Amino acid sequence: MDWQGQKLAEHLMQLLLACFAVVAFITGYVLGSFQMMILIYAAGVVLTSLLIVPNWPFFNRHSLNWLDPSEAEKHPKPHPAISGPKKNTTKK
Amino acid sequence: MHSFGYRANALLTFAITILALMCAMASVSDNFNSPSPTSQVQVLNINWFQKKPDGDDEVSLTLNISANLESLFTWNTKQVFVFLAAEYETPKNALNQVSLWDGIIPSKEHSKYWIHTTNKYRFIDQGSNLRGKNFNLTLHWHVMPKTGKMFSDKIVMSGFRLPESYR
Repeated sequence: MDWQGQKLAEHLMQLLLACFAVVAFITGYVLGSFQMMILIYAAGVVLTSLLIVPNWPFFNRHSLNWLDPSEAEKHPKPHPAISGPKKNTTKK
Repeated sequence: MHSFGYRANALLTFAITILALMCAMASVSDNFNSPSPTSQVQVLNINWFQKKPDGDDEVSLTLNISANLESLFTWNTKQVFVFLAAEYETPKNALNQVSLWDGIIPSKEHSKYWIHTTNKYRFIDQGSNLRGKNFNLTLHWHVMPKTGKMFSDKIVMSGFRLPESYR
């Protein structure tokens, strides 16, 4: 799952659970049935988990564009780290 | 949210947090219900009234208890516990409570009832104060909700009097 997908998944999860909770509470209160509230909410949680937990393709539509390897070779990074240990070895 | 396990964990904790919130709201919603229960008790007969060998008074009553407790039930009510207590004053104690009958009402359908019974638990005074005693019969109830706070209240029915002599 890419970065955009993770953000989408989290927001979707919060929105869906909150909506199911509101619907469940109102339905339960109007029908006067606590059991109905729990059943609707449980169904909502199952549905949300089916949508959020698996790594669906639509969470992977913004793949990261890594730099081309050949491009990276043309502009090599300086390696200051290599000279450091060498100096230490000479001092010893 | 990058892995299966993290997403499942986040979903579960958030879902349970919201569930707790819903239960709290259900408990709060009980406060909007203003119950108006009614009850009537008749003492049909005093079966016997005697002094026990150890000196305490004991009475046996036949009671007719009717009550309408339907308004106590809300969507968040699991059951209601009711008990009928005889309450009277003695020189030693300002309030004596003796439970005579109790019952558990499991649902609204059973909450409008009448019952003809002798006292389920023995009506014994601690001493010999019952002759000619005025007493109240009080219907107490405890509402047990599915979630949240328990409520209790009572109806006092006064004007009952025990006979002057043993029989």
